[in-house]
This record gives sequence, C-alpha cells and structure tokens, in this order.
Amino acid sequence: MSILIIDYGMGNLASVRRAFEECGADVFISDDPADIKEAERLVLPGVGAFYDAMALLRKKGWVDAIRRAVLEEGIPILGICLGMQLMAESGVEGGESEGLGLVPGRVIRLESKDSERIPHVGWNEVHFQQKHLLFDAISDGADFYFVHSFHFVPSKPEHVLAITPYCGGFVSVVGKGSAVGVQFHPEKSSKAGFVIIKNFLRYKPC
Amino acid sequence: MLKARIIPTLLWKGTGLVKGVAFDSWRRVGTVLPAIKVYTLREVDELVILDITAMDDGKDPDYDMISDWAQECFVPVTIGGGVRNLEQIKRLLRCGADKVAINSAAYEYPELISEAAFKFGSQCVVASIDARRTLDGGYECYSHSGKKPAGKKPCTWAKRCEELGAGEILITSIEQDGTMKGYDLELISEVASAVAIPVIASGGAGNPAHMLDALRHGASAVAAASIFHFTEQTPAEVKAFLGQHGVAVRRIIR
Repeated sequence: MSILIIDYGMGNLASVRRAFEECGADVFISDDPADIKEAERLVLPGVGAFYDAMALLRKKGWVDAIRRAVLEEGIPILGICLGMQLMAESGVEGGESEGLGLVPGRVIRLESKDSERIPHVGWNEVHFQQKHLLFDAISDGADFYFVHSFHFVPSKPEHVLAITPYCGGFVSVVGKGSAVGVQFHPEKSSKAGFVIIKNFLRYKPC
Repeated sequence: MLKARIIPTLLWKGTGLVKGVAFDSWRRVGTVLPAIKVYTLREVDELVILDITAMDDGKDPDYDMISDWAQECFVPVTIGGGVRNLEQIKRLLRCGADKVAINSAAYEYPELISEAAFKFGSQCVVASIDARRTLDGGYECYSHSGKKPAGKKPCTWAKRCEELGAGEILITSIEQDGTMKGYDLELISEVASAVAIPVIASGGAGNPAHMLDALRHGASAVAAASIFHFTEQTPAEVKAFLGQHGVAVRRIIR
C-alpha cells in the first residue's frame, strides 16, 4: 500500500517518513499533487504557521487535489499537528486564512486558564471521547508528545475524537469520514505513536 | 496533565560526544548515534543535541550527519550549536529536528528569533541562554559556549526572547554545568518567573533530587548529561523518584 506524505515545503518530513517505514508502510514523499492518484492514503504533516502553510498548499495546487481525494473519493488522510489544524475551515495564525475544510471548525490560539505555560510542550494525556479504530490497542489517557500554541475547535461534537487536559481541555484528535487529525506528533511519541500510525494504515472509514 | 520532561543532553564536539565541567575540560564520552539509539529504546521524553564548537568554526551544521541521527530518534529532538540564519533552521527542520536551539547569534541579531518563529512557528524555536554569576550576585548571559559576555541579564533576555516569539527557554548555568552539585535554583526561578513559556533547566544535575528542586523552582523540564553519562542512574529511575514525590511524569504503558 502506498502512503503519500504531502510535501508543501513545511514540516519534519524525514521523521514522519521514518516512523511510517518503521511501521511497515510503503511510503513516498511528493510535492506534486498529481501523485495523489498513486496514493491509497495521505499524510499531511506540518510545522509552522497556518497562514504560510495554506498559502504554500494553494500555490502548489494541493488544496483542490486533497479536497477531491478526501471528500469525493474517500481516501483516508492523517493530519499531524499543523497538518491536523489545516483540516479546519479557517485559522488565525499568521493572519486570518481559509483552511482545507475537511472537518468543520476553526483554529484559534490556546488561552491559558490556570497560568499554564504556552506553547503547550511535552507529553500529555489523550482521553478518548468516542470509540475509534485509530485508538485500537491504546490505553485511554496514554501520553503523547505535543508542541503547539494553537488548537482546533470543531463546530460539531461528533467530530471530537479525543481531548487533552490543558488550558481547560482542548480537542487533540478530530475525525470526519476519511479525515482524521491528531494534534500530537505520533512520529515522536515512541511506541504509542507507532500504534496510532499502524491503526491509521488499516483505517477504513465507514 | 502535562508531564515534567526529563531530557538527556548530548554535547557534540568534532567527532564525538563529550561532557565538560563549567564549559571546559571536555571529556570524550562516546559517539552520538549509539547514545541516540539507547535513549530511543528507553523511550526518553526528549533529547537535546548541541554542537559546542559550531559557533567558533563558523561552519554550517553537518546536515547529513544530523539527518542520520534524527532518523534513529523516535522521540522529539532539539538541535543546536552555531545556528545563525533562517536557511540553516529550515534545513535542520527538514533533516528531522523538531526544534532548533538558537544561542549566540540571537545577541547580535535578535530578529533571527522573530523571523524563525514567524516562518516555522514558535513551537520549534528554543532560545538557549548560558549564564554565569556576576560579582554583585546577579547573572550575566554569555555567548559562544560561555566565552563571550553578552552584556545582558538572563531574566530580561529571556523575556525579550519570549516577546520575539521563542517557544521555550533553555537556561544553563555555566558554573554549575558538569559539577553534578545541583542546578542554580535562583537562576531557574528568576527566568521561570520572567516568562510564560516553558523553561528547561540545565547545568548541574547530579541526582534525581536536584531535578525535583528545579521543577519546584518553576522549570517545566530538566535537562541533564553527566548524571546519565557518569552514573548508573537512568531517566526511568529519575522519573520513578519524581513520581514518588508528587511530580506528574510520563509513564510508559506497556
């Protein structure tokens, strides 16, 4: 099975590729949206600011290609960190910007509730809100590695797959149809992260 | 709950891994790649890898080598040493660094922090500050691996780095470094209260109790090298100790 890691000029692609390889995936990195037709699954990584990332995705022609593949053909996509945020309808980091619109909601800055330090950096718990194949063989409340200052606010509760206790609790996993997104870095979350990746490799939306 | 992070620091010089005392008397303690493999296998919380000669040499980072390291590292890794422009940061992130530590260059060109934060996000910009005590009992920042006084106070400089967009502060006490006598708690406390971003305490850890002290003085994470190079103690044992003393640490669920 071919997994396409979307290269739009931002993100720690090498680590993501290595982690997927370690999980047994046949993975390739491409900066050409035409390669989507070769892919059975997509991974959207990302480090950086929402506005810049969307500008690059648009410039390289990824936006329509991703939307068509995910929304019309039902190709599974995993968004990681900023990649998860880009699945929203809009974001404000680096200036107001439209997102990919794969999961309804918007991305806003984390607000400290109880003098929490921001960015949210480190290992924190992921509490499942729904049963989902992505969480197979993972204990509820397991720790994953986060590093971010913004968070995804889904418009509908049914798209909230997990929450993490920080700044009053934020949504750490979203999902709608074939689109799933994780705010943490599975590729940097040791063994628990690998389980998430392996689960995504066999994820089929119903 | 967010967990306190225990971060082994790997200092790299020329061809090998080293550890010194007070930024001097460097001892060779092995090679980097096997150390990364062991720490990844042990599922440590995070790693910091710093090239301590890069700023003097004025060379570019060795991207191929860093890429080899990052490929073996399935925990977050911060790379630093000699970072002086955006192109280097971009390439380091592409090699697999999760965060990049900026130290000396920021004193001459503070906008490096704001430009990097704007382009790559605050989350990957670690402002690394080395400080020494002054005769009047305060502290002063030093650049170039502790060689050049920077004419700034760590707490005001840390605050400035935060305003510029740094996502974390790595504060190292030059005098305490490598002594294993404990962190400079006053320094940690000053810096941690000056900023709202996470602070990583560095320099002086010799036992788990020292780490507990640093966390109680406001650090979000503790970095250490000698304790792991020169003693039998492992990051897992440190976490067990911290856990017994009421600190939330990441447990590895089997």
